[in-house]
Amino acid sequence: MSKIDRSEITPEHVYLNRRQLIKGMGALAAASLLGACAPGPADDTPAPATGTPPTATPQATDPAAGPTAGPTAVGEQLEGKLTPLEDVAGYNNFYEFTLSKTRVAELAEDFKTSPWDVEVGGLVANPRTFTLEDILAFEQEERIYRMRCVEGWSMVIPWRGFPLSKLLERVDPTPEAQFVRFETLADRDQMPGLTSAVLDWPYVEGLRMDEAMHDLTILATGLYGKDLPPQNGAPVRLVVPWKYGFKSIKSIVKIDLVAEMPVSSWMEAAPNEYGFYANVNPDVPHPRWSQATERVIGTGERRKTELFNGYQEEVADLYAGMDLEENF
Amino acid sequence: MSRRYLRWLRVLIHVGALAPLAVLGWMAWRDQLGPVPVAAATRLLGRYALTLLLLSLVPTAVRILTGFGALVRFRRTLGLYAFLYALLHFLAFAGLDYGFDLSLLVTVISESSREIVGLGALLILGVLAVTSLRSLVRRLGRYWRPLHRLVYAAAALVVLHYVWNYKELRAWPTAAGAVLLLLLVVRLPPLVNLLERQRRQEKRGPTQ
Repeated sequence: MSKIDRSEITPEHVYLNRRQLIKGMGALAAASLLGACAPGPADDTPAPATGTPPTATPQATDPAAGPTAGPTAVGEQLEGKLTPLEDVAGYNNFYEFTLSKTRVAELAEDFKTSPWDVEVGGLVANPRTFTLEDILAFEQEERIYRMRCVEGWSMVIPWRGFPLSKLLERVDPTPEAQFVRFETLADRDQMPGLTSAVLDWPYVEGLRMDEAMHDLTILATGLYGKDLPPQNGAPVRLVVPWKYGFKSIKSIVKIDLVAEMPVSSWMEAAPNEYGFYANVNPDVPHPRWSQATERVIGTGERRKTELFNGYQEEVADLYAGMDLEENF
Repeated sequence: MSRRYLRWLRVLIHVGALAPLAVLGWMAWRDQLGPVPVAAATRLLGRYALTLLLLSLVPTAVRILTGFGALVRFRRTLGLYAFLYALLHFLAFAGLDYGFDLSLLVTVISESSREIVGLGALLILGVLAVTSLRSLVRRLGRYWRPLHRLVYAAAALVVLHYVWNYKELRAWPTAAGAVLLLLLVVRLPPLVNLLERQRRQEKRGPTQ
C-alpha cells in the first residue's frame, strides 16, 4: 500500500466553489447508481477533470506526481468507488435494533419514520420543532462521502441532504451556545435492541459549534437518490465525514445547543476508548486495535486510513494546535 | 462405556470437527458469507477454534468430577483440531485480509492488543501441538504435564482476544469466559482432592 492518494481529497477551491457545481449533481447521482451496479472492481483513478482548472497545488506542479484530480463536486472523485447499495443498506451498526450488522435491515424494516419531529432548542433565540416535511423543504444536495467506522471498515456513500448549518441558522443560536447535542429516538416498541444494556439510551452524540457549522457536516435524508432506509438512520441523520461513523448519529429526534461539551453515549460507556472528537486518525490506535488501515466494504480490499478520513484540507484548521492523541 | 461406543464417539469427533470447515468452504463457494466474506470467514474460524479448545478441556473436567476417564483419550485430537482452526483463523487474517503484507502486519499487530493476545495464544497452541507428538511426549517426560497446562493460559488469551474484538462486552465472549472459568475451577487442587477422597470412600463402602 502506498502513501495517501491526494487525488482522493476534495481540494479547498472545490469546497469553496461547491455551490456552482452542485447543480450537476442530479445527473451525477444517476450515473453513480449505474456505476455501482457495474461489475468488476471500482476504478482507482479519478475521473478526468471537468470545469474550472485547478489552482496551483504542490502535486499539480510536480510532474512526477502523475495525473491530478481536477475540480469536482463534493465527493465526485469518489464516484467510481461507490459501495454497492446492497452493502450500504445491508451492513449497519444501529444498536437500537441489534448488535448484528447484517440483521439491522430486517429488524428495522417496519420502522415508522412518519410522522417525525425534530425538536431543536437549548441556547437558541427561536426554538422550534421541525416536522419531516420542514426538514425535506431544505434544499437537498448530493454528497459522496467516505464513511469510516471505528471498527476498521469504510464505505463510500452518495448521501442526499443539506448542511446542518442551514438548520441551525434558522433557530438562531445565542453566543453562549458552544456545542450541539443530538439524540436518537428511543422507542422500545419499535427498537428491540433497547433492552440491551450496552449503552445508555437514548443514544447521544455531540459536536463543537464550529464542527456543526462546517459545510461538510450535513443532515442526510437519503442515499442513492432515495429516502434513507431505516437501517441507515431514517428519516434524518447526521453525517460528519471526517469523524468515525458513530459520531454520525441516526434517526435524530432532538437537537440542543448547549454551553458545555456533551457526553456522548460511547464516551459514557468507555471513556478511555472513545473521546468526544473521534476524528479519523490512522496514527492514534484504538486501545485494542489498530486504525492504520480499513477494510473497504464491497471490494475485498484494504486501504490505508487517512488523517481526517481524507478531509484534512477542509477540516484540519478546526484542530490547529490541538494534540490529536490527547483529544481523540 | 464400551469400546464400541468410544469408537463411534471418535468418529463423531472427527466428523464434528471437520464439518464446520466443509460448511465454511461451501458457504464461501456459494457466496453465502454476507457482505464482508473475509471477516465472516475469519470470525467463524476463530469461533470453531475456541469451541474446540474449550471442548478439549472437558474430558479432564469430567474425569475429576465423575471419575470417568475414558474421554481423556480424545483431548489430543480435540486440541489438535483447535490448533488447526486457530492456524486457519490466523492465515485468513494475515493472508486473505492483509495479503501477507509483512510490514503492514507488523504495524497492525504492534498497535493492537487484541491481535497480540491472539498471536500469543496461537504460539502456545503451536508449541502444544508439536509437543503432542508421541515421541516428544515421551522425551519430555515429567515436563510434559506442566507444559501442557499452558492450554489454560492459551484459552484465557483466546477469550480475551474474543472479548476485545467488540466495542462493547458481548454475550458470547462472556459465555465463553464463564465456561473457561468453570473448567478452571474444577481443576483447583482442593476440589480435586475432595472429590477423589469421596470416591475412594464410596469404593470402600460405608465405614461403620
